[in-house]
Amino acid sequence: MGGFFDIPSDLQASWWGLIGLHLEEALVPVLFGLLIALPLAQLCARFRWLYPPMLGITTVLYALPSLAFIVLLINWTGLSTTTVEIPLTIYSLVVLIPAIVDGVRSVPEETHAAATAMGFGPIRRYIQVELPIAVPAIFAGLRVATVSSISLVSVGALIGNEGGLGNLLSDALHYHRPILAWNSVLTTAVLAILIDGLLVLLRRLLTPWAVR
Amino acid sequence: MILIDAVTKRYPDGTTAVDRLTLEIPDGSITVLVGPSGCGKTTTLRMINRMIEPTEGRITLDGADIREQPVNSLRRTMGYVIQHAGLFPHRTIVENIATVPRLLGWDRREARTRALELMERVGLDRSLAKRYPYQLSGGQQQRVGVARALAADPPVMLMDEPFSAVDPIVRKGLQDELIRIQGELGKTIVFVTHDIDEAIKIGDMVAVLREGGKLAQYAPPAELLSAPADGFVEDFLGLDRGIRRLSFFTAAGLELNTVPIVAVDSTAEQLAARTVPQTPYLLVTDTEGRPLGWADAKQRAAGSEALIPFGHSFTAGRDSLRAALDSAVLSPTGWAVAVDENGRAVGVAAQETIAAAIRTAHLEQQATGSASGVADAAPVDA
Repeated sequence: MGGFFDIPSDLQASWWGLIGLHLEEALVPVLFGLLIALPLAQLCARFRWLYPPMLGITTVLYALPSLAFIVLLINWTGLSTTTVEIPLTIYSLVVLIPAIVDGVRSVPEETHAAATAMGFGPIRRYIQVELPIAVPAIFAGLRVATVSSISLVSVGALIGNEGGLGNLLSDALHYHRPILAWNSVLTTAVLAILIDGLLVLLRRLLTPWAVR
Repeated sequence: MILIDAVTKRYPDGTTAVDRLTLEIPDGSITVLVGPSGCGKTTTLRMINRMIEPTEGRITLDGADIREQPVNSLRRTMGYVIQHAGLFPHRTIVENIATVPRLLGWDRREARTRALELMERVGLDRSLAKRYPYQLSGGQQQRVGVARALAADPPVMLMDEPFSAVDPIVRKGLQDELIRIQGELGKTIVFVTHDIDEAIKIGDMVAVLREGGKLAQYAPPAELLSAPADGFVEDFLGLDRGIRRLSFFTAAGLELNTVPIVAVDSTAEQLAARTVPQTPYLLVTDTEGRPLGWADAKQRAAGSEALIPFGHSFTAGRDSLRAALDSAVLSPTGWAVAVDENGRAVGVAAQETIAAAIRTAHLEQQATGSASGVADAAPVDA
């Protein structure tokens, strides 16, 4: 007992299990973040005055220390993955909202006008024209949000067994096994790089029309 | 017919973009709105498809107020072409062109067939169908823009400075293409430009607007050139409107001199027979009859093969007096070279002959009251 992949039994998971848990806790918030950011960003793109206060609010929320945030949430959601996922969801907004707003604004004026003149209503225009054209910008935001979310999940270790690969860090201290810390750091980094690569691949598949 | 009836567009900040504008836009012809920036031409165009709503007045299409039908169905009956084309970057060329048919509920295959047909009509190779807009040149993108506007065969086409962002050679090609397509389709086209030459070239009727959205003059282009309503229009037309107006006079009646034309392999006797005192030059052609250049008659007789460039020729029976005059003033000899459709020299004309023809054309115009010897108001060439 003491190898790189020997995970202490208190974590109740294999190395692969931890990876699964980590990914779930990291990606679910980004997905929810995207679902929340899309309508908010659309409002910001439509009502320009809304954008600065929206940016202000998301930045302030981002500045809240994650630990304090999690501790506050324990009152409602207990020692669960949800308690970790809620702050991460909110943090992702600070990247995703500007990315989507920039993306929608990057639609050329003449393309917008042409769509309107051809008889696209606002909703159809948003779904069939503005959003697809914003995809590259949205993916740029998604990549940052995803990578930062993957690194932030580890904080969950502080409230018990909710930090995915981050739990290895507390166990490294607990059992005096620095190798577990190495495992945590390296696996998290490789995971982030792989997921980022997948996002790049997905963006290329979705936007065959983009200038390379 | 589109009737713009005493329309005013005033913005909340007090600026007046269009001021009590009344225009009757006839069916099946090209009506150009032209004027300096800030004259309200784009605003006027956008009021026709209700992208902008007028503050006062109303616009009717075939007698019915355009506000009577749902805005999006109105827009789908009006093709729209815009500067920089405004193509959808995320859709292929064929998908771009099929946009309005798809909005109207055509099935995919039908819309695609129609799109491919239109690519041909606007002079695009079908091999471009699956490309994306960024893979096309500016001129090609603009052709796609025109094809997209034509896709659902709308009776009305609104064109907002469609050719302003392409280089002059491509622009000329697109203008010629538009005139050709219009000849085949006979749409009601409202065309906005700031380029008076473009307006005169393609317009059947030209509305000159001045700053503040006031109509300065509404007339066929030839009339605009011969009788500008006021100093503003005169200024806007520029200094060479006399020359430009010659575009509307055909050179068909021009008397052509066929004597001083010699083939390159002519004998001394043939040269002598063709040399006359009034024309100290001989036009030398190749054995097919295509002009090569002018030769000084005396030097040629002495055996010199030196040629003087003839500039460009004009096509007899098709081109205007402007083309003939230009050909004459361009050539150092002062003689214009006329060719037939196959490029073979059919005669030459001196500047004096052309000047006489211009005087005759003016007299004829005064007599008939019409602007030109040609029946329609389109320039003979441009």
